Order: sequence, then C-alpha cells, then structure tokens
Amino acid sequence: MIKLAHVYKNFGKTEVLKDINLEVREGEKLVIIGTSGSGKSTTVRCMNFLEEPTSGQVYVNGTLLTHKNKTEVVRSSSAMVFQSFNLYPHMDVLHNLTLAPMRLHRIPKKEAIDTAFHFLETVGLTDKAYAYPSTLSGGQQQRVAIARALCSKAKIILFDEPTSALDPEMVQEVLDVIVRLSEENITMVVVTHEMGFAREIADRIVFMDNGRIIEEGTAQHFFESPEEDRTRAFLSKII
Amino acid sequence: MIGQIFTPWRWAELLSSWQDFAFAFLTTLQVAFFALLLALCIGAIAGVLSASRSRILRAIVRVYVEFFQNTPLAIQVFFVYYALPYAGIVLYEVPIGILCVGLYTGAYISEVVRTGINSIPKGQFDAAESQGFSYVQTMALIILPQTVKAILPPLANQCVNLIKNTSILAMIAGGDLMYFSNAWATNGHFSYGPSYLICGLLYFILCFPLTHWARSYEEKLKASVQGGKA
Ligand SMILES: Nc1ncnc2c1ncn2[C@@H]1O[C@H](COP(=O)(O)OP(=O)(O)OP(=O)(O)O)[C@@H](O)[C@H]1O
Ligand SMILES: [Mg+2]
Repeated sequence: MIKLAHVYKNFGKTEVLKDINLEVREGEKLVIIGTSGSGKSTTVRCMNFLEEPTSGQVYVNGTLLTHKNKTEVVRSSSAMVFQSFNLYPHMDVLHNLTLAPMRLHRIPKKEAIDTAFHFLETVGLTDKAYAYPSTLSGGQQQRVAIARALCSKAKIILFDEPTSALDPEMVQEVLDVIVRLSEENITMVVVTHEMGFAREIADRIVFMDNGRIIEEGTAQHFFESPEEDRTRAFLSKII
Repeated sequence: MIGQIFTPWRWAELLSSWQDFAFAFLTTLQVAFFALLLALCIGAIAGVLSASRSRILRAIVRVYVEFFQNTPLAIQVFFVYYALPYAGIVLYEVPIGILCVGLYTGAYISEVVRTGINSIPKGQFDAAESQGFSYVQTMALIILPQTVKAILPPLANQCVNLIKNTSILAMIAGGDLMYFSNAWATNGHFSYGPSYLICGLLYFILCFPLTHWARSYEEKLKASVQGGKA
C-alpha cells in the first residue's frame, strides 16, 4: 500500500530523516513511536508528499509519487488527521465534510451529505452538523476531522498525534473512535504517545530515534522484549 | 482677513458653476471606480503569487511592488503622459489616471493580501493539500475566504488613498475634481477659497465613511477575537 525506500529528508542543513525503509501492507495498522524531534511527523508527511523527500522513493499503491502526480495520487488514496485538527473555520461541520467530495471527487451534493451524516454518526456527532468548528471542543473537532478523512473514502488514513493537543479528559473519546475504525479494512499509520492505545491497535510498531528506524516489530515484541537499548530507555521513561 | 477669501460673491460664482463641479466630481468617481477594480484584480493576483512557492513568480511580484511603492505616483503619471507618446503610445488623461492609480494601489493591495495569506496557520494549507486540493483551489476555497475579514479594513484604507490619489490627474489636466476646482478658479472666477473648500468637502464625503467604517470594523474584529470567537 505504502512503501518508503531509502527516504532522506533535510531541512536546510539538518538531516531529519536518514535512510527510512518502510512498507505498510493493505489493511495494516502501523504505529510509529519515538522521541520528540525524531522525525515521526516528517515520515508520515512524506507518505502523502506534504514533505517531498530530499532523496529516495515513496510508493502509494505501487505508484511512485512525484511532484507532478502527488495531488492526483494523494487525492484518491489517502487522508490525514492532524494534531491540531485543521478544520476549515469558515465553514460549518457539514461543509467541512462535503467540500472535498463535491469539489474534487465530483460527488453529487445529496450523496455527499448522506455520506457526511453517515460518518458523523460513526464519530457520534450528527447533532453538530451545522455547528462551526470554533464552537466545538477539541475532542469534538478531532472527531469531525476523522469524519472528514473518512468522507474521502480513502483506503489509507494517516494520523499524526491525533490526541496530543487535547485536554486529558477528551483523549479517550477520540481514541475510542480510532480503535473502532481499526476494526475495518482501512490502512492506518498512527503516530502516538499513547502506549496503551498503541498496543491495542497496532499490528506492528516502529520505533524512531534521531531520524532512523531503530526497532520494528509486533506490539508484544516491542513492549515485552525490545532489543535496542534506546527503545528500552524510551519505554522506561514513558511507562 | 480670512473673510476676504470667502466673500459671498465668490460663493455665488461657484453656485452658478455647480453643474461643472458635478461633472468633474463624476470624472473623479469614474477614475476611482475603475482604478479600484484594476487595483483589486492586480492586487489579489500579485498577493496570491507572492505567497506561492515559485521563486520566479515571487521575484516578479517583488519587483512590481517595490517599484510602485518606492517611486512617486507623479513620475509614473508623467512618464505615461509625456514619455510614452514618443513610443507611439498616446493615452487620454482618464485612462492614464485609471492605469497609473490602479497599478500604484495594486502594489499596496498586493501587500495587504500577502499579509492576510501569511496570517493563516500552516495547518490549513496542510489540510487542503492532504485532501488533494490544488494550489489555486486551496487559495480560492480555503485560504482567501478566511482572510477576507481581516483584510477588509486595510483594503478600505487603500481605497481611501486611491480616491485621494486620483487628484494626481490635476497635474496633466485630467478634468477630475482637483484639476477642475483649480482651473475654474484660475479662469477668471478668482474664487479659490470656496472652490478648494467644496473640492475638499467632496473628497471628504467619499473618504470619511470608508475610514470610519474601517476603524469600527477593526475594533469589532479585535473584540470578537478577544471574546474567543474569531
Ligand atoms: N519545516 C521544517 N523546517 C525546519 N525544520 C523542521 C521542519 N519540520 C521539522 N523540522 C525539524 O525536523 C526534526 C524532526 O521533526 P518531526 O516533526 O518530524 O519530529 P517528530 O518526531 O514528529 O517530533 P514531535 O514528537 O515533537 O512531533 C525536528 O528537529 C524539527 O525541528
Ligand atoms: Mg510530530
């Protein structure tokens, strides 16, 4: 589904990603964990070309992403949920959900609205369809953002720390939604600091440090018998 | 002493020529209106380009903006009026006013638009791009609508400047309000005082509501931001 091959990324002189090789299978739930600044966001952002690698290749559904085809490929294959929600503040919830389907996927208005309500139900917010984002709590905004991602009908959803900007009491409602989604055949790549949640949904966990993938394995392997010192150091700090 | 400037017979003179004043006023309105259209179009396009990722486009806009912001409007007008004819390009005064004032104000509006775009959080661009919107769609559907509120007050101020700047036409006998007030008084009426006073009043009537509106709207925006709802 997604493949990163020898991906390097520099911002100016700083090397942020160094030789990232990673393959995500269809339907797989991949969790990325790592210290702050280790390059997790950059890795996920390379998967939909929000960042273009300095060198190396990114394949989505077997297609090599290029500057030219990225908009087309990304539009039809992946959606993203951000730490800071990034809902469009000048539109109500329903418009947030129907804008891309109607404008980009040429879906008739009625159908787009039906789909929007369907996914608002999935995230438990049908009663907020006509509310503006600024009137919603952080947790509600993030659930709307997830519904927006679902409305694109993309087979891949990328989550970059979806609960990091939330007040503690709102984290669970968002995690619950993601856990429920993880039962479906959607390919998910999730960056998170929520270890319990990671353990629950992950088919595989990748640990990053300083721009490299240090360790990779099942949740069980990762939490119970990590091989690398740095992974162990990280885990001992967090748990 | 000041009474000499505004004696009744001078006002009577003026009153008898009110239709000519009205015509000059309409000329000014006409120049202002079309110059504003031109400035808004150029300003919006240049503003969007100067926020784009293309270095070449940004550089071109930069040159345009710096040139018009850092040279007097008078030179631009004189150049078109006196110099261009030697290249076979001869324009009437009103089109010159529209062109020069439009280009000049467009440079300022471009900066207003660019500042507006830059004030939008980067996350909005990320969200739009991750959904597959092109740059133009992102601007038109997501970014620019969000900037409108914030840039309306500075746009209104630019509009005020534009209206006042149309008076540059007086320097090339453009038939506008400024030119006419002066020419009329000079040509045998000797009612400079009332003439300039009425002239100023007419500009004021156009500009004051705009300035006033811009200020109160800005206050309102500030209050609503502080109140927590942008
Ligand atoms: N646009 C950018 N320009 C310059 N440097 C950047 C940019 N984006 C990220 N970086 C740098 O790249 C490094 C990796 O950033 P990245 O956001 O991928 O880390 P992260 O693992 O997601 O961290 P966090 O847990 O804090 O979100 C950091 O040192 C960061 O300062
Ligand atoms: Mg990050």
